[in-house]
This record gives sequence, structure tokens and C-alpha cells, in this order.
Amino acid sequence: MSNTISIRKGLNIRLVGESTKEIKDIPVSNTVCLSPLDFHGLIPKLVIKEGESVQVGDVIFHDKKNERIKFVSPTSGKIKQIVRAEKRKIVQILIESDSKQTCKKFDVKKVADTSKEEVLDLLLNSGIWPSIKQRPLDIVADPSNEPKGIFISSFDSSPLAPDYSFILKEKMDQVQIGLNALNQLASGKIHLSSRKNSDFTKMQNVIHHNVDGIHPAGNIGTQIHHINPVNKGEFAWSINIQDVAAIGQLFETGCLDGKKCIAVGGSEIKHPAYYNIHSGSLLSDILKDNVVGENVRYISGNVLTGDQKSANGYIGFYHNQITVIPEGNEYKFFLTKGWLGLGFDKFSNSRLFPTFLLPKSKRFTLDTNTNGEERAFVVTGELEKVFPFDILPMHLTKAAITEDIDGMENLGIYEVAPEDFALCEYVCTTKINIQEKIRHGLDLIASECM
Amino acid sequence: MEPHFIKGGKYEKWNPLFETMATFAFTPKLVTTKGSHIRDGVDLKRTMMTVILALIPCLIFGIYNTGHWEMAVSETNRNLPYFDAMGAKFLTGLGIVMPVVIVSYGVGLGIEFLFGMIRGHSLHEGFLVSGMLIPLTMPADVPLWMVGLATAFAVIIGKEIFGGTGMNVVNIALTARAFLFFAYPTSMSGDKVWMSGLGDKMAANPESVDGFSGATALGDLASFMSDKATVAGEVVQSNVAVQSFSSEYTAWESFAGMIPGSIGETSTMACLLGALVLVLTGVGSLRIILSFFAGGFIMGLLLNAIGGNPYLDLPAYYHLIIGGFAFGAIFMATDPVTASQTANGKIIYGFLGGFLAIMIRVLNPAYPEGVFLAILFMNIMAPIIDHYIVQGNINRRLKRLKTT
Repeated sequence: MSNTISIRKGLNIRLVGESTKEIKDIPVSNTVCLSPLDFHGLIPKLVIKEGESVQVGDVIFHDKKNERIKFVSPTSGKIKQIVRAEKRKIVQILIESDSKQTCKKFDVKKVADTSKEEVLDLLLNSGIWPSIKQRPLDIVADPSNEPKGIFISSFDSSPLAPDYSFILKEKMDQVQIGLNALNQLASGKIHLSSRKNSDFTKMQNVIHHNVDGIHPAGNIGTQIHHINPVNKGEFAWSINIQDVAAIGQLFETGCLDGKKCIAVGGSEIKHPAYYNIHSGSLLSDILKDNVVGENVRYISGNVLTGDQKSANGYIGFYHNQITVIPEGNEYKFFLTKGWLGLGFDKFSNSRLFPTFLLPKSKRFTLDTNTNGEERAFVVTGELEKVFPFDILPMHLTKAAITEDIDGMENLGIYEVAPEDFALCEYVCTTKINIQEKIRHGLDLIASECM
Repeated sequence: MEPHFIKGGKYEKWNPLFETMATFAFTPKLVTTKGSHIRDGVDLKRTMMTVILALIPCLIFGIYNTGHWEMAVSETNRNLPYFDAMGAKFLTGLGIVMPVVIVSYGVGLGIEFLFGMIRGHSLHEGFLVSGMLIPLTMPADVPLWMVGLATAFAVIIGKEIFGGTGMNVVNIALTARAFLFFAYPTSMSGDKVWMSGLGDKMAANPESVDGFSGATALGDLASFMSDKATVAGEVVQSNVAVQSFSSEYTAWESFAGMIPGSIGETSTMACLLGALVLVLTGVGSLRIILSFFAGGFIMGLLLNAIGGNPYLDLPAYYHLIIGGFAFGAIFMATDPVTASQTANGKIIYGFLGGFLAIMIRVLNPAYPEGVFLAILFMNIMAPIIDHYIVQGNINRRLKRLKTT
């Protein structure tokens, strides 16, 4: 039995450079990175020193506020460097890999014989816990809370996103074991959202939801809102489906291999494809000889929510794709490629460019130009078109900008994460950085109300 | 050239001016630094330019119409054939309308630049549209200094003191219109101001215009109300007066706009062309336009049901095609900054706007042009409408919390 959720509001941004369905293996990078900055609001407490040897699964640091939440090494080798910012904030921990990937063994039993507490301890100690995020606040879940459910999306609808039913085709058993384990943890409140006819609809011990429609249908925030929205005082957890498979693997083998499969795409990639990589790998190792041109932007994640990296940067903890698109750092003459041009190269959710008449199969090469300057909000109703929540996006954003805590609470800040506003930010005529405003609002809520 | 204008350069304080010119000619090379790495192609410049494009039919028709009535005055013939001497009429109209447009833009942009330089930002696009709307709401015979004064008032008091584009409470163009209406009523209403040259001609030689009326449809209607309904000096029944009115202003002439009135407002047809552009591109809210028309029409029907005098008996559809009703509904009420911001709020806002416009127009003959007053009033009310819509959303969320 499954419930169907139809998402009508939203936007599929059709970019050039979708990954072809082939998987290539990348050997582990010489240097692998674990960055505390990937975890919003985290204050790390280091437990290792430079020069120490580590295995896959050895703790590197834990959350200063909650020592149970541990962050572990994705590779085996030696701690090469602890990179700090000017005021000694820890930015990166670089680990020199011995490329053996020897891993720390954990005691595991069959899921059925494992109690809720044992599952919790195993997930925390193995360092897989940070994969579980919570709403409100969109941060690493606090294990001391009782969630109203664990929400898992088996597909990603964002631009050039990886296809998990392709990535996990061979790992369906592990996914099932992972789901069973989570089922112990949340006592039967596991919600799995899938596309119709996907292999994931055959999974057991979960509540199935059928989701159809356009992006952000695959976003976990959208799904939680339509399945069982978060109210003040409640917690919803979510985890990426690939990490569920990793939990399955942990229960099968007793150790983690620190690997994941990612999609590499974008108009500036010569051969967009899937890659088996190690967490925290160096971008230039993954993208070797595969990038067109120099003036490009490397994005760990998708174009809407990912992090900007340099070619020498490392893939982020939560990211399952790398996108490379052209930078837009040049002037565009207003009548040809600028604001008053015909605009056959511009992709827009408005009907101000003729491209809305083109067939839906047409794909676009978009660059990082903002296509205009920031202004105060002028246009109304455009954010609502891409925001499938019963929440008023413009009013909530304004409440966040004005730091109106009551307003934010009333308007639904507990349900949302910055990524839910990514499309709003994309379509905004006045070029306001809405995700940043929402994050600012959430930080305020975290310090004042939680 | 740029280095001279950036911070520390020789002409640093002129940077806003430079930046305005530069960003007009070239979309700047700004790239995303936070959040989404790609952004929609649309920006405020293109949005505003679309509104100006939508106003062009009104402008062109207004120029011709102004030329026509100027010629009618100089020949003292109100029944001058409309489609004669088109080139000459257009040129005459151009000579009358363009100075008004130039004054409006000149004064408005000048003030905007001044504020931009004080605040250190380039020109924000809002006035590009206001600068075109203001001339189109003016009577043809308006003195240019009044246009300049009204524009200055509207831009400073209506907008800049609130913080500029996107921050204003009431519509800028209507603020200018209202300012003149209350500050210089004799130049903004009555039956001498709608045709260029009529006032001068009357002043010079009153007898030369004997029997010539410069009144608008609304003016004529209001005069029915003030006293007994009369046609050619004889007291008549209400229905006779309405008949006389509708033969003077046929539905077709009123719809096409071949009647005297403010420069850009007369042609409902040209306004609808503009509406087509606004709605197709999604810049103007169809909800507001439709509900505004619906509100006006329903009020018209209600008044018909009461009846008893010519104004009340005027067929409801007539109200939608005379005066500034269509122009207001399509170009003024849809201003996103001053209208309701919520989807349902827009429907309420538009409906009440149209409803009130006809109510004011008919029930208070001192203000025959009720449309701009109604829209200004609804601008003030829009936040209250939104408040209830937002509160509805909040209550749904609170209710959910209680039931779980």
C-alpha cells in the first residue's frame, strides 16, 4: 500500500551534461579531507594529532556539545595536517592515505537481534551517524531526541542529480538491511519516497510513498511536508539512500569502506559519468583530464545547493555529485546576450524569454552570472510557483531578514531547510540570496528557541 | 574608464551614475557567491522594460487622440471625423505629449540619481515604469511645471522617503495624479482641461467656443447627477438621458478610446493590448486584472438595480470602458509592490478596488474619476488583506499542531 504525492509547483532546470550510465573506479586520493565546515554549526573537538596513524572508521573529532556524535576517518593512513583559519578555527583535517583502506572492525549482530540502543550506539561509534540530519535546523541529528519518523528519498530530482536506482542496483540487499536497522531505531516510522515503478518500491519494513512531479519532488523537505510536517517541538530525521546502503554494509561486514558512488556532470565535463570514489577525495583526482576550459566553477553537490570548490578542493561529506559549469564573469552587451537581448540562451521560469516555448527536451548551458543586480523584493507570486509547501516563502524570507523570531515560528521555519528555498533563490528577479537568509533565520532560532 | 569611478578613484562620488550607464549597456559580470550557483535569466530591468512595452499601445493611441482633440478645438468642431488627417493629428499629439513624457522622466530620474548618489547605489529600475505612467494619467492641457512638481512630490514623498524601489506604500504614478488633483483641482478636472488648447482659447475669446463642450464622458455623467437630468436644456427622464449619453459616446468609441480624457487612459482596446503583454509574460497579475473588472462590473449591476437617475441607470459594462477604469485595472492596480502579495489577497484586493472605483465614481459626483482614489485606498488596505491571508496560513499550522 502506498500513498501518492503529486508535486505540481517547482521547476526542472534542464542543464547540459547529464551523466551517462557507466561507473568508473577512481583509486583513493593521496590526500583525503574531512572538513568540520561540512556540518553546519558544529564545533569540533579533535581527538587525534598530526602524524598519528588512523584506519577507516577511527575517530578524528567529535561534536564538542555532544561527545556521542563522532566523525571518523574515511581512509587509512596518517594525519597529514590540521588546517586552521586565522583565528584557529579548524577548517580541514587532511589525511595522507596509504591506499590500503584497512578498516576498524565493529561488533555486529544480525539486525533482528540488535536492540534499539545497540543500533544507536553502533551508528554513533562507527561515525555513520552524521549522515542522519534533523529538521528543524537542518543539522546533524541529536541522538537524544525521539524522531517522529525517519524520512528517506530514493531519488534526487535536482539538476544533473545521480540516479540512485542505478547506483544501488547491486546493493539492494544492503539497502534493505540498512532500512531494517533504521526501523529498529525509529520503531516502525520509516518513510521511503520513491518514483513509481522504481526498485525501491519493493523494500520492506517501511511506509512507502509514491512521489511524482517536478523538482523539488525529490527533496526530503518537500516530502516531509507532504507526509507528516514538522511542528514546533518535533523532530524529523532524514538520511540519504546511499548512506542507508552503507549502514547495511556495516551490519553485513562490520566495517565501512568509506566509498560512495557519485555523478559527475555539467556542461564543462567532457565525459559525464558515474564514479566510485572515496569520501573526502580530491576533486582534481576525480576530474583528471575531464574538464573543458579554465574559466569554470567546480561545485561539490548540485548547482542549486552545492558548495563552490577550487580544483584542489575536496568533495563534501553530504555530496553525491560534482558539477562543473562555466563561470559568468564577463560583461554581456544588453542587446545581444544581456538583459534586453532576445534571450534564446536564457533559461527562465518566467515567460520573459522565448525559451519557454522550446520543447521540454531542450537542455541549456548556464553560467554563474547572476544575470542582474540585487534589489529589494519587487515581484510577488514568483517564489510561490516553485515552492510546493503550504508556507508563504516571501513572508518567511522577510521574517528571516528582519530577524522576527515570532514571525518565523508562525510562518513555518521549523519545517524548512535552506535547500528548500534553492529554487526560490534561482527564480528571484531581484537576485536575493534567499538560502543565506533562511540559514541566518535558522541560526537565530537555534540560539534563541532550541 | 572604470577605475576612475570605483572607490578611491577620481570621480568616486559619480559612481552611481557611471554604474547605471554601465549596467544599462552591459549585464554586469557579477557571479553568484552564495547559495544557488545559477540564476534565472530574468532581472528587474527586463521586467520593467516589459511593462513599458505594454504601455506603448496606450502611448501611441494617446498621442493620436490628443492630436485629434487639439484639432477639434482649433476647428471648434466636436464632431470632427476621427480618422481624417491622421499624420497631422499624430504630429500635433506628439508635440503635446512628448514634452510631458520628457518632463516626467527628466525630473523623476534626476531625483532618483540624486538619492542614488547620496545612498551610493545605482539607479533602481522602478521609476522607468512610473515615468511613463505619470504622463499617461495627465490631462492633455496640463502645464508642464505641474507635471514636474507632481513627479517630484511622488518620487520623494511617495517613494524615496520609504527607501526607494520596492519599499513604497502607494503607487508612485497615482501619487503624482492625486497630488495634482487635490493641489490644483481646476487644472485636473472640469471640462476645460482634457483638450489641448481649449483653456487658452476660452480665455482669449469665450464666444469662439460657444456651444463647444470639452467635457469627458465622466464629466457629462456627473453633470446629470448634480441637478435634474437635462438634454439640450430640457428636463428629461433618466432613460432618455442615458440614451442621449450613449449616442454621444457610443460603446465602440468608448472602447476604442476616441473620446476625450487623460492622455493614455481613453482606449480600453489599447489597455487590453497591454494587458495581453503583461499576462502572457506573467509580469502583470491576471488575478488582479480580472477581479478588478469583476468588482467594477458587479458594482455597476448593483447600481443598475437601484436605479433612478442616469448615472445609476448607465449600463454596467459602460463603466468598464469609460474613464480610467481599464487603465487603472491593468497598469496601476497590478503594481506588485503596492498590491496584495498573496495569491488570494490579490483576488480580494482587485475585486474591492474595482467595486470601490465605480462606487466612488457614481455616488460621489465630485470625484468622477474614482478609479485612482479606489486604487490608492486599496494600496493602503493591501497589507491588511495580506495580514488576514497570512494569519490564515499561520492558523492552519497551529491547528495541525493541536490535532497531532
